[in-house]
Amino acid sequence: MYEFEFEKPSTVAEAVAALADEDAQALGGGQTLIPTLKQRLAMPSKLVSLTAIPQLKELSDNGGMLTIGGAVTHAEVAEAAAASYPALADLAGHIGDPAVRNRGTIGGSLANNDPAACYPAAALGSGATIVTNTREIPSDEYFQGLFDTALNEGEIITAVRFPVPEKANYQKFLQPASRFALVGVFVAKYAAGVRVAVTGASEEGVFRWREAEAALDASFAPDALDGLSVDAGGMIGDLHGSKEYRAHLVGVMAKRAVAAAG
Amino acid sequence: MAKVSMTVNGKAASGDVEGRTLLSSFLRDSLGLTGTHVGCDTSQCGACVVHVDGKAVKACTMLALEAEGAEVATIEGQANADGSLNNIQQAFQDHHGLQCGFCTPGMVMSAAALLKDNPKPTEAEIRDYLEGNLCRCTGYHNIVKAIMAASGQDVSSIAAE
Amino acid sequence: MPKDQGIGASPKRREDVRFLTGAGNYTDDINVNGQAYVHFLRADVAHATINSIDTSAAAEMPGVVKIFTGADFAEVGGIPCGWGVTDRHGNPQQEPRHPIIAHDTIRHVGEIVAAVVADTLEQARDAAEAIEFSLSDKPAVVDMAAALAEDATKVHEDLTSNLCYDWVFGNPDDDAVQAAFDSAAHVTTLELVNNRLVANPMEPRVAIGDYSRATDEYTLHTTSQNPHVIRLLMCAFVLGLPEHKVRVIAPDVGGGFGSKIFHYAEEAFCTFAAKACGRAVKWTSTRAEAFISDAHGRDHVTKIELALDGDNNFTALRTNTMANMGAYLSTFSTSVPSYLHGTLMAGNYKTPIVQVNVKTVFTNTVPVDAYRGAGRPEATFQLERVIDKAARELGADPIALRRQNFITEFPYETPVALTYDTGDYVATMDKLEQVADVAGFAARRAESEKNGKLRGFGINCYIEACGIAPSNIVGMLGARAGLYDAATVRVNATGSISVMVGAHAHGQGHETTFPQVVADMIGIDESMVDIVHGDTGRVPFGMGTYGSRSIAVCGSAMVRATEKIIAKAKKIAAHLMEASDADIELKDGQFTVAGTDKSVAWGDVCLTAYVPHNYPLEELEPGLEETAFYDPANFTYPAGAYACEVEVDPDTGKVSIERFSAADDFGNIINPMIVDGQVHGGLGQGIGQALLENAAYDEDGQLLSASFMDYAMPRADDVPFYQVDHSCQTPCTHNPLGVKGCGEAGAIGSPPAVVNAVIDALQSGGKNVTHIDMPLSPARVWAAMNG
Ligand SMILES: Cc1cc2nc3c(=O)[nH]c(=O)nc-3n(C[C@H](O)[C@H](O)[C@H](O)COP(=O)(O)OP(=O)(O)OC[C@H]3O[C@@H](n4cnc5c(N)ncnc54)[C@H](O)[C@@H]3O)c2cc1C
Ligand code: FES
Ligand code: FES
Repeated sequence: MYEFEFEKPSTVAEAVAALADEDAQALGGGQTLIPTLKQRLAMPSKLVSLTAIPQLKELSDNGGMLTIGGAVTHAEVAEAAAASYPALADLAGHIGDPAVRNRGTIGGSLANNDPAACYPAAALGSGATIVTNTREIPSDEYFQGLFDTALNEGEIITAVRFPVPEKANYQKFLQPASRFALVGVFVAKYAAGVRVAVTGASEEGVFRWREAEAALDASFAPDALDGLSVDAGGMIGDLHGSKEYRAHLVGVMAKRAVAAAG
Repeated sequence: MAKVSMTVNGKAASGDVEGRTLLSSFLRDSLGLTGTHVGCDTSQCGACVVHVDGKAVKACTMLALEAEGAEVATIEGQANADGSLNNIQQAFQDHHGLQCGFCTPGMVMSAAALLKDNPKPTEAEIRDYLEGNLCRCTGYHNIVKAIMAASGQDVSSIAAE
Repeated sequence: MPKDQGIGASPKRREDVRFLTGAGNYTDDINVNGQAYVHFLRADVAHATINSIDTSAAAEMPGVVKIFTGADFAEVGGIPCGWGVTDRHGNPQQEPRHPIIAHDTIRHVGEIVAAVVADTLEQARDAAEAIEFSLSDKPAVVDMAAALAEDATKVHEDLTSNLCYDWVFGNPDDDAVQAAFDSAAHVTTLELVNNRLVANPMEPRVAIGDYSRATDEYTLHTTSQNPHVIRLLMCAFVLGLPEHKVRVIAPDVGGGFGSKIFHYAEEAFCTFAAKACGRAVKWTSTRAEAFISDAHGRDHVTKIELALDGDNNFTALRTNTMANMGAYLSTFSTSVPSYLHGTLMAGNYKTPIVQVNVKTVFTNTVPVDAYRGAGRPEATFQLERVIDKAARELGADPIALRRQNFITEFPYETPVALTYDTGDYVATMDKLEQVADVAGFAARRAESEKNGKLRGFGINCYIEACGIAPSNIVGMLGARAGLYDAATVRVNATGSISVMVGAHAHGQGHETTFPQVVADMIGIDESMVDIVHGDTGRVPFGMGTYGSRSIAVCGSAMVRATEKIIAKAKKIAAHLMEASDADIELKDGQFTVAGTDKSVAWGDVCLTAYVPHNYPLEELEPGLEETAFYDPANFTYPAGAYACEVEVDPDTGKVSIERFSAADDFGNIINPMIVDGQVHGGLGQGIGQALLENAAYDEDGQLLSASFMDYAMPRADDVPFYQVDHSCQTPCTHNPLGVKGCGEAGAIGSPPAVVNAVIDALQSGGKNVTHIDMPLSPARVWAAMNG
């Protein structure tokens, strides 16, 4: 790691101020950033820890809208959302391993937008709103490709608002080594319609599978997806699976998610 | 350099660290607590698992300064007050849950965290919980068995010693 | 009657207490006063000419002590290869120079290009970034077949080609072998890959070199399975130092699996640099470095053909293998695809004609060497896969086909140079059928099918040659070392015992099992016996731990030394009791005169040896310390039969191991608990190879699976509880304990069972899949099902 300064503010305002320094960077749980720094792939001048800001640790559920602070850990979501939004809790409870879940945060995951990460599927699949220190960003506008988001330099995710669906489920097919999603499909049924978000699969990062959404709008059942498939062309092909395999898994996982959502 | 203070295994500990100093380095290099091991650089192996404020974390993936004021527990503090092995450590010895011993501190700390939340885990729950703890020696058989035994379950029907 | 001590008992491991309390003493836990840190700048391209290296800016960076490049090592030797194989024409293997630091050419990603020693590790890394290079890239040689093409780029310009050797073994008469195939009723052919693996012991390698100007002595702390071998190779071949001036210490070592046998550049570097810098120099490998600097394992591409007569008897076997050596020859590299593989090709079967052809190939990849099993897994995999395929083609039962062809009479001379002294393959198969509940499989399959899963059952047999090895035989075959081992039994005046052993324990539990043997022989409490290992300054000599040799070879040396102790102690006891030493019996730590009630205790005899007031000084020296070197008469031949049951998810291709059963014959067993543990660990690694692990290179010679993010290590939920049985015991006939060794069996015997089971599952689902190359990842299984 290169040397950097460390600050641990206790309010969002202080954090924003600290992040105004050149090359300062936010530190959530560090579960992505610290391994990156170890490889000397980033050279921040300063890390600004978000873990001691009470506002970012808040979690509230006001009937139909679950609001999760940006520094809430995966483990906390797994526990706190178990009753209100079980599919989301289940997703959070299967990110990485217990120690990773005790540190990693929803804000860090969404800011990082790893193409194989789980939370982006939940956020996009739920039509969540990403709340930052300056604005509110609908998930449909937030994700902009691999490791790319609508966030500006120094912008902090302060909370994520999830409308709670009638039913939902996330199916994650593990990449055998990293155990991130080789393909993950999040399906959520709202009164306004079904949303299907796919992670792990596409070269463009998380995406909505609109065809499947339309089919499930008509009939929310696994066989509604019969005959539907995503185009293998835009899928990731690597050591762990070809483009065709990923495209195939999208269909399988989507069906399983619908079946499990009930 | 900044000063960091925390409680480690019940005792006050402090030292001067850089911003980039990892909790694992602070424990190993500054405090001489070399039981916390480092087996990877991608936060995957779990040889470094310690408890911070009662929760299992990977000490290689946390800055020492993030543990300011925290209660940290490491493998060195796990034995009973009289120095004898605690329940989990004893079960690992009784059931040959370790070979080279390198993964062992992390395994024991993860097992302790698991049993705190889930006093009688099933085999599947244990295997799932150990997602982030790699062992290259044991094929996991005796680790899982030891954790079941430590939770008071009868393991006599599990094949082989 | 269960005993809690001695041979055959399972006392708890004494080493566990320190490991369970964080009190282990691994190399990285050691810090030497005033130590500096080295960061190795490693090549990030696979093949290039180094035009120039400019370290001047880096040398001015804060904290830098000294920077080394290949030029600094021009005067010292290269890293030696410990085995010279003679090819089919009688010529020696091609053997390139293996520099400590790349001199004018980079030959693999990860090769050391420069080394920066600095006050802190981060300073060393900072300075390394300031080193400037000029490189001219060369085409990377990665694929073995392409490497052997006429016009291929050469990995080593000074060699004639990328062929290390072209070797034939068994029956060299091509026409005779072909005739056997021509007259066969059936021939089964299979082409397969034995996937390249990274050993990945959980402890990365570490080396700390230190030099004392006062005594002109060097100390190297290193993560090694065999400190004496490292000292010998480093002193004699690399640095040209007298051995008595060098002490090599391998303290607690966090697993090895072969990868810590070899003498590595970093060890020689730290030793050399300690003197050059005037301070101790420490290197701790990161996992990222381990992936590109620890020797890899396996990486064979094979075509195997099996001929059968009309009654399904095996009549001939022929194999053609290309084996990857990587860019340089690591310590044991050339022996692995030749003698450790070819000699095992007969397996458990009485096939009369066996021909093994091996070409070893240089490529721009990390050197490849022994990994748990070393050559024997490669042999077993191809043989047991081709037999399974033959059974399918012939509609024969795979168990019956194997049984029919078993070797049943011992000693048995194979067509590939080994003499199996003993074994009972029928017994292990019988036991396996029982342990694996073969009878219940149909019901379990039906249950799986109800849940939409395909279920398969696969078996295989294995035999391995362990206890490496008779020195005269391996010498004839090209080993450049003797493979005996040594032990010194030092009895202290009060009767406690320190045994200095040449074997090194890095998980195997020697600190518990070796004392079991000595205590049992004398009849004293185990707590009175300790072993000392892993330090050339404290242990007279030894060849280390690999090839499941510790108890069979070093343990035998220990027995011999203990026998000498007992013989001398009996003389002392005879003197004390005024009897003839021929009449002295030793039992439960008491010396008695046969037929009388006279006795003297072990402790009294020991004290007498060191306080020889009443002692036969004219006949006997005082003291009680004996050394024995033991050179085995033959290999030992552990063997067994394994069964795997899998479920395959037809929608995703995901394989899950539902049951794994092992019936092993390890001969006599010292500590059943530890033997079980060794088998479990081997099974974990074998299942890892079969389903998960793959060191894959791209065509530019970049390792694609260069971290745990892409190299899939087996985790707790990838494996089941294993059923392990070792009640079949045919004791080794030629070593004093009748032991055979158990460290590698699991890794050798499990991959074919897994693959056979998956093929069985797919066939049960109507898929005509006859082979899938390992690892059987979901993607590969799915592709095979839909191919
Ligand atoms: C072993 C392992 C396994 C894993 N498995 C999975 C998995 O299966 N699925 C999965 O989805 N993820 C997985 N992860 C990643 C994990 O979920 C991380 O926690 C997450 O990606 C990043 O969250 P963090 O809080 O740790 O962020 P950090 O690592 O601290 O930061 C990541 C990035 O986000 C920025 N950032 C952090 N917080 C904020 C914020 N509030 N506002 C703006 N920017 C911010 C940082 O500056 C940095 O650029 C795994 C990680 C590990 C180590
Ligand atoms: S060292 Fe912390 S996870 Fe590997
Ligand atoms: S005991 Fe060696 S890695 Fe687990």
